[in-house]
Amino acid sequence: MDAWKTTKEEERILEVENLVVEYTSDKEVIHAVNGVSFSLNKGETLGLVGETGAGKTTIAKSIIRILPDPPAKITAGKIVFDGQNLLELPEASMRKVRGRKISMIFQDPMTALNPIFSVGNQIAEAIRNHEKVKRKEAARKAMEMLELVGIPAERYDEYPHQFSGGMKQRVIIAMALACNPELLLADEPTTALDVTIQAQVLELMGDLKNRFGTSMILITHDLGVVAEVCDKVAVVYAGEIVEMGSREDIFDFGAHPYTLGLFQSLPSLTGEEKRLKPIGGMLPNPADLPIGCNFSPRCPYATEQCRKEKTGLTEVREGHYIRCFRAQKEGDK
Amino acid sequence: MGRYILKRIFAMVFVVLGVTFLIFTILYFTPGDPARMILGADATDAEVLALRAELGLDDPFLVRFFTYVKQVFIDFDLGTSYVNNRSVSSEILSRFPKTFEVAILSVVFAVVIGIPLGIMAAVNQYTWKDNASMVVALLGVSMPHFWVGLMLSLLFALKLGWLPASGFGGIEYLIMPCLSIGLGGAGGIARQTRSSMLEVIRQDYIVTARAKGLKESTVIYVHALRNALIPIITQVGNMLGVQLGGAIVVESVFSIPGLGSYMVSGIKSRDYPAVQGSVLFVSIVFGLVMLLVDIMYAFADPRIKAQYQRKRRKG
Repeated sequence: MDAWKTTKEEERILEVENLVVEYTSDKEVIHAVNGVSFSLNKGETLGLVGETGAGKTTIAKSIIRILPDPPAKITAGKIVFDGQNLLELPEASMRKVRGRKISMIFQDPMTALNPIFSVGNQIAEAIRNHEKVKRKEAARKAMEMLELVGIPAERYDEYPHQFSGGMKQRVIIAMALACNPELLLADEPTTALDVTIQAQVLELMGDLKNRFGTSMILITHDLGVVAEVCDKVAVVYAGEIVEMGSREDIFDFGAHPYTLGLFQSLPSLTGEEKRLKPIGGMLPNPADLPIGCNFSPRCPYATEQCRKEKTGLTEVREGHYIRCFRAQKEGDK
Repeated sequence: MGRYILKRIFAMVFVVLGVTFLIFTILYFTPGDPARMILGADATDAEVLALRAELGLDDPFLVRFFTYVKQVFIDFDLGTSYVNNRSVSSEILSRFPKTFEVAILSVVFAVVIGIPLGIMAAVNQYTWKDNASMVVALLGVSMPHFWVGLMLSLLFALKLGWLPASGFGGIEYLIMPCLSIGLGGAGGIARQTRSSMLEVIRQDYIVTARAKGLKESTVIYVHALRNALIPIITQVGNMLGVQLGGAIVVESVFSIPGLGSYMVSGIKSRDYPAVQGSVLFVSIVFGLVMLLVDIMYAFADPRIKAQYQRKRRKG
């Protein structure tokens, strides 16, 4: 709670307002992101949590505008970064933001590095691209970055196929942080790694983030990871934020049925229950969303109202927002 | 790497031996009598028989084959032509430079037209640019070389008079034949480039490159194209190998004294040494081009280079 309050006075680095992203395929329109708003302060980490296909990656890719267009199109909203609406920037200025002010780390380290360039070269390329430095200077800095992520600088000239998955993810982190960005978008950075390596990579990211004061948006479906590194959490369902608040808000006072479902589908080390409770049903088809609340078809508490009307995000406690009739009513009591 | 190349050259010796056997056998069973061809229809049977004996044509198959192999592989002599008594090797060497020039320039045309066309199609997939490029490529592939050659010569030699219609001399003699061969090659290369680029453009590392803030041209020409290069190199290498064997049809359309026309006239006149010698020569050239292609793979892709080197460590 304290962290949440103090940050209010701090500098706001990113403000996403009513972001809408659609994919057009043949005749269908797929509503991937439907009016997402959130904000991030300097140095904070926001966790975007939700199941696969909820639209988390689309949100991140919209921020640095690398969605494939066509078929993806940002149809509404504002993404204000450092006081500038990124969606209005011309492509040439946007390129100066990408990799320099906002960097992205991708899910699968096995495929995210170009197989035919040496890892050092790929890091140095990012530096050369954004800073007016000589080749040698860029290479020296790339070596520093390698050392920083725990890879000996001698491996500068080696190729991605000579690295393990965890090492590749370190290279990608080095590449993303090479120009000291203000914001880091991490799209499931540990999902493709095995558990021991996950912990190492997370720790490394946390260290570097604190060292450089980088803000971060961490996309994950792993609540354990969220508990470890995030200050704020936004739970995303079918392209909408259904609940948002500080980590404590979500973990201790989470009230949206979907959030509760997520927690119930986790194994508990202390609980008596032997079986996990998965959330029944599947994500609604994003080309054909329900009329009412998007979660209503799967929600155990859904009422007639839930199936017919949509509701907005309501602040139930300071900084804790919920998109749910039931939770809102309970808040009123 | 050096050891890999030596190994490949060693393997080529056997390929060439196999080719020798094949072409020798095929010619052995081909109907027609070289002695009769040389002496003409007026010669008496006795004369023909005498010449057959002199040329060794009456010996058993194996004797003839081993005599030839000994002559080629131990004495390094491709023999003399039945038709004009000139040494086959000197004839091939005097014709090869012309074939070489035609082949190189054709491949250059094909690459310079084909690769940009393919990239343009891939980058603008499903747009009119894509469709237009692919129509052009399809035309290139499906128009026969000799027909393109004739049409070009009709336009540029006959109507406009800009270029000579036939013969061999300076670069102006090369443009039309090479363009007519190159257009066909360009079509194939454009299609290969397009499909290879499309596959690469969808890869994650292309998104990574964009996320780094690189210019789109850098993303396409540096990050994507180099990864798409392997199948393109294969296709270009193949085209080069084939063209170095002589462009039979185009050579006759533009009367270029190259390897292709030598081989055809050799076949027509049952000039065994000429045919065998030039086929042998062409197979060696083809083998060398394929080796060159494999070496280029290593430069295009460090993973393949590592493979070659691993082989060395094991061997």
